[in-house]
Amino acid sequence: MTDPALQVENLRVYYHTRTGPVKAVDDVTFSLEKGERLGLVGESGSGKTTTALAIMGMIKPPAIIESGRVILNGRNLLQLSKEQYRRVRGNQIALIPQGAMNSLNPVMRVRSHIIDTIEAHRRIKRKEDISGQIQSLLAKVGLPSEVSGMYPHELSGGMKQRVTIAMGICLEPSVIVADEPTSALDVVVQMQVMATLEKAQQELNAAVILVGHDMGLMAQFCDRIGVMYAGKLVEIGSVEQIFEDPLHPYTQLLISSLPKFDKKGDFKGIPGLPPSAKNLPPGCTFNPRCPKVMDHCREVEPRFLEARPDRWTSCHLYEGAES
Amino acid sequence: MSIPLLEARNVTRVFGTGLFKKTGNVAVDNISLTISEDRPTITAIAGESGSGKTTLARLLLGALPATEGEVLYKGDPLSKLSRHKWREFRREVQTIFQDPFDAFNPFYKVDHVLTVPLSIFKLARSRQEANSQIVEALELVGLRAEDTLGRYPHQLSGGQRQRLMVARALLLKPKVILADEPVSMVDASLRATILESILKLKEERSITVLYITHDLTTAYQVSDRMIVLYKGSIAEAGDVEQVIHDPQHPYTKLLISSIPQPDPKEKWEKDAHGGALRPLTPGGCKFVDRCPAAFDRCHSTLPPLYMSSPGRAAACFLYRDHPVVEASEVLDTTAQPAL
Amino acid sequence: MILVQRARMISFQHAKVTGLLKLGRNMAHGLRTNKTLAIGLFMILMIGLVALVGPLLVDPDDARIGAYPARLKPSAEHWMGTQQQGRDLLTVTMLAIPNSLKVGLIAGSVGLGIGIVFGLSAGYFGGRLDTIIKLASDTLIILPGIAILVLVAVSIRTMTVEMMALVVASFAWMYPTRTIRAQTLTLRERGYVQVAKMNGMTGIGIVVREIMPNLLPYIAAGFVGAVSGAMLATVGLEALGLGPQNQFTLGMEIYWARFYGAILRGMWWWWMPPVIIIGLVFVALLITSMGMDQIVNSRLRRST
Repeated sequence: MTDPALQVENLRVYYHTRTGPVKAVDDVTFSLEKGERLGLVGESGSGKTTTALAIMGMIKPPAIIESGRVILNGRNLLQLSKEQYRRVRGNQIALIPQGAMNSLNPVMRVRSHIIDTIEAHRRIKRKEDISGQIQSLLAKVGLPSEVSGMYPHELSGGMKQRVTIAMGICLEPSVIVADEPTSALDVVVQMQVMATLEKAQQELNAAVILVGHDMGLMAQFCDRIGVMYAGKLVEIGSVEQIFEDPLHPYTQLLISSLPKFDKKGDFKGIPGLPPSAKNLPPGCTFNPRCPKVMDHCREVEPRFLEARPDRWTSCHLYEGAES
Repeated sequence: MSIPLLEARNVTRVFGTGLFKKTGNVAVDNISLTISEDRPTITAIAGESGSGKTTLARLLLGALPATEGEVLYKGDPLSKLSRHKWREFRREVQTIFQDPFDAFNPFYKVDHVLTVPLSIFKLARSRQEANSQIVEALELVGLRAEDTLGRYPHQLSGGQRQRLMVARALLLKPKVILADEPVSMVDASLRATILESILKLKEERSITVLYITHDLTTAYQVSDRMIVLYKGSIAEAGDVEQVIHDPQHPYTKLLISSIPQPDPKEKWEKDAHGGALRPLTPGGCKFVDRCPAAFDRCHSTLPPLYMSSPGRAAACFLYRDHPVVEASEVLDTTAQPAL
Repeated sequence: MILVQRARMISFQHAKVTGLLKLGRNMAHGLRTNKTLAIGLFMILMIGLVALVGPLLVDPDDARIGAYPARLKPSAEHWMGTQQQGRDLLTVTMLAIPNSLKVGLIAGSVGLGIGIVFGLSAGYFGGRLDTIIKLASDTLIILPGIAILVLVAVSIRTMTVEMMALVVASFAWMYPTRTIRAQTLTLRERGYVQVAKMNGMTGIGIVVREIMPNLLPYIAAGFVGAVSGAMLATVGLEALGLGPQNQFTLGMEIYWARFYGAILRGMWWWWMPPVIIIGLVFVALLITSMGMDQIVNSRLRRST
């Protein structure tokens, strides 16, 4: 078995407020194989975006990375200095942030954006070399060559998003972190952009972490899915397993609540409310809403274990089931 | 035939400068639609961004004047309603907005949004009556007064706030509610209760709902009929089951096939082609540059609405042998599909 | 069923009362944590106290011409000495402070009041009203205020404190109008304004009940700014001798002191106190506005 592309171990990110620490990410562990597409799914407040930012080294105070390791190509990124991390960012791990379309500089042409990205990490010998590279990069994301000289406001939403994907892959990173890249796009454009991302990623054999809350998108794009709730990773497994045989009660409720075109008028939500991050319930954080709750759940936090081969979950129902 | 409650008659709305029509952005292009009081239904108005669905909603609510055509309330154009009639209109045609946070004034507790309409429309004769009406409305949407009243907006969850918005609309005892993307900004697990409340609006209060959205899956969950908009015009309309499972307009087919199904076994047929840079030839079908079935006529003439099957309509020359329908025949949102 | 509803109504009435208590506690907490605002408000309170109580502790006869020997240094009988005309300076100062503050307050309030009305109307209703108000405030704001105030002040026969206030107020409304109009334009697009329309509210109702409450931080900050600006203009005019002739004000004291050559003659007890007091007032206003700024900004931070 080859080395994983990325390994996250016991990551904790806390926000330190006057009234106590808010555990945005609490003891998250997972690994990402080369070329694998992992979906990190959860509702607002689950900690998925904070996890992605922590991997990118973009956590700012009052949020602090309390403990844990993020291992990329044999190095623990969390121990790098600011400058070292900057060199890794963009080069080995790329981020396609949420609302990326709005982070294009309106007074710069598309090619300037790409040149900027490349120049931040490599020295460009001659301008002619670069234009050839830019053309082939744009072709990789399905954009016609004219786009290179255009300004962001001349492009549609989908095209802007493809430009950000191009910026993300131009330095051939081994890991791409995409934080809800299609949330502002129409469904038809979304499909095209995700197809583009898939093609680009496959050519690079890069691994992708797709952060989001659209389970449908996860089902279509990812190989594996990690489900987050209140800062914890509650389940992780292959996409088929998660959809067909979810282990954790939260995942089960989530899957059954998904609206589909064959169930009309069948409204299943998850009762109760997500916990306030400052006031987490004792024991398992899901216990107030769990249909299978036991007394034990209210006192003791479940450990994250391999309940089935290659399937991990943190739930007392599966303790004792580890092989 | 009774006078319809609300009617859009050849309504067009253009944004932007230009003394002459159609030099700006045509958001809504000659759409006609009727809502009658006979039987309450839930009709989805589905479309992506740029389809004109939000503009159509604003036109129907009287929040925006039409550039051409008219919106009529009980037969009278909105632009010419007397003060008295306007208040009646305001009470009977209500809305639910998309953003559950922005809809609340942070200065006031959430009660404010419930007490104000009761006092302005004089719907309660005493404090007690007002309170009991509020409690009743909250119960219909599954909220408890002690959990929600007396709080500030930031103290409630997005789902609770949105349900409060539904309760607010209910208090006025309207005949029609336009729900503009009511669940898109709410977490997935909290959506079900809101959708359920919307269904209850029809079933328990006999309110006709226009459910405006880009999300066909939630539209399918609550609606009886669906109208698909594309670039300001109606592409297809009909019973929601038929439109979803047997789409007739090429755009609807594309739309439905692009929806990511939450089932790893049913994968997209992905097509990575980029957006079109070529401008549309004016006068032709708006979908012609993306349509796999386009032929010559599509480039030069705008297709009218054909009755592609009983109770269904599509604006596509594929159905040119079918009769052209008057918009209101198929698009009366309370008409039963002729099965 | 009715019992249950009754119980629910009682419980949320109770919630309303606790809500009020909470608001009070929040405000106290706000003052405790935001020291800047607390210090500023304390200073203003002290100055205000002096302005109110001061005149009651002195005998106006002591401030008449020839009441005492002239040009006396500060001593046990005359804590602030006397001036050229034999007036007791402590009495004069105690009588001058409230007048100076009055001008600033009236001018600031009138200027801000006009600014609120114009700004809200122009921002919310738009159209021709907006064009007129915008034109007026944008063109008048570039006129050199002091120059025109001088001309106006010169042409008024007998200047009083109240007239002074109105004269200064005529130039104090443009800036608040512009700021409030800008804020109103933003707030007009908020979701809750659309909801208010759906609830049957009309123009003025929406402006007063929905938009204005959200402008309170800006209005409070604008008030402090308007009062500061008004006092500055007033002192400027008075130092030129254009202030009230028959009432004592701090600025006029500076004028008279200069007129009689107090600086050349080393009568520091005449010209220094008004300058120091005016300085303290401005510092108090500045610290208060800094404190308010912090609150407004932290509120913005919280809501994003």
